[in-house]
Amino acid sequence: MTIKKMRDIEGTTFFDGPMSTKGYPVNKMFHSFNSKDGRDAFVADEEAYMEKFKLNEAQKQCVRDRDVLGLIREGGSIYYLAKIGPILGLNVQDFGGLQTGKTTEEFQAYLDSQGIGKNNG
Amino acid sequence: MAKIVGGIGSSHIPAIGVAMDKGLEDTPYWRDFFQSYVPLRKWFNEVDPDILVIFYNDHGLEMFLDKKPTFAVGTAAEYENADEGWGINPIPPVRGETELSWHIVNELVENDFDPTVCQEIKVDHGLTVPLTLMYPAKDYSKVKVIPICINCERHPMPKLSRSYAFGQQIGRAIESFGGDQKVVVMGTGGLSHQLDGERAGIINTEFDLLCMEKIVSDPEYLTKYSLEDIVELAGGQGVELNMWMAMRGCLTGKVTEGYSNLVAPISNTAAGIQLLINE
Repeated sequence: MTIKKMRDIEGTTFFDGPMSTKGYPVNKMFHSFNSKDGRDAFVADEEAYMEKFKLNEAQKQCVRDRDVLGLIREGGSIYYLAKIGPILGLNVQDFGGLQTGKTTEEFQAYLDSQGIGKNNG
Repeated sequence: MAKIVGGIGSSHIPAIGVAMDKGLEDTPYWRDFFQSYVPLRKWFNEVDPDILVIFYNDHGLEMFLDKKPTFAVGTAAEYENADEGWGINPIPPVRGETELSWHIVNELVENDFDPTVCQEIKVDHGLTVPLTLMYPAKDYSKVKVIPICINCERHPMPKLSRSYAFGQQIGRAIESFGGDQKVVVMGTGGLSHQLDGERAGIINTEFDLLCMEKIVSDPEYLTKYSLEDIVELAGGQGVELNMWMAMRGCLTGKVTEGYSNLVAPISNTAAGIQLLINE
């Protein structure tokens, strides 16, 4: 018996049980950014903070590199990963750009190209 | 008997909360979105509901991956909001409605739904942003809120058919509750969007419009889609359609559309705004 594998959709990682197991330390660390204390402690000493949450070396390297796609491969859930955004001054359009190889402006233009009901009624 | 007078579908993205905090409602980026709430609020203020049932998904304020209910029902007299790191100002506590909450829990369990029952939870932007959209002056202390949470974060998640059936059972529970309370139900989140991966940024307004059409007249049509279908069609976070399905399930009478609009992009999302009247 093996765990059900979810559909293969290009550029999409289903955050399922096995990914949640793999990414638990990463997600727990990012979850701690709900509080100002957590955010401040990370900024003060990133390495010590990652150690506290027992990230593995690959996960630590992705955090050092601000490698969002790498963090997703390492089990990160975007709901938690994105919480580093406000700390680094990045919004979700910046995150979109980082993951799709676009500048933020190009990513915004991509969003706009699919738009409806805005500025044109 | 308590009466469900209508259902509202609404986005709940954090950026909306930030825009309201900063007073950006009438700027070019936001104008069309916020204008959509004018007709919605006109109806809502005339109804002036006693109870608001809000289907939302918690994004890790209260329910982290360590303990994550598939379905959860709040039964508290009050709910607090708190910092989630998004820069939205936390809002003052929200009043709960314990009696109807417990009645809903009783009826759910009696009918083979087994939610997590929450006597103390913090509610996140999934609930507070739609609530604040209905009460922009934050004068929501006159309404009692029942938060109902659906896991939309980690697979496995409830199927659309299950969320719809869950909503139907809640609708029947509300309509069997003694009293003359006016109840409005809200389904929050969505519609199409994907925040993560190389496919981040996909929006599918054609599919969103189909969902908004079918949810009025033929919600069961939508239950044929698996969540894998939804991810493929509407992006990874398009699964928040589950909350709209639960909201629609509550409406057991004759349902007509009072208002509908789709505005995209709002942040990375297609924001659906819809009013369903239940007679």
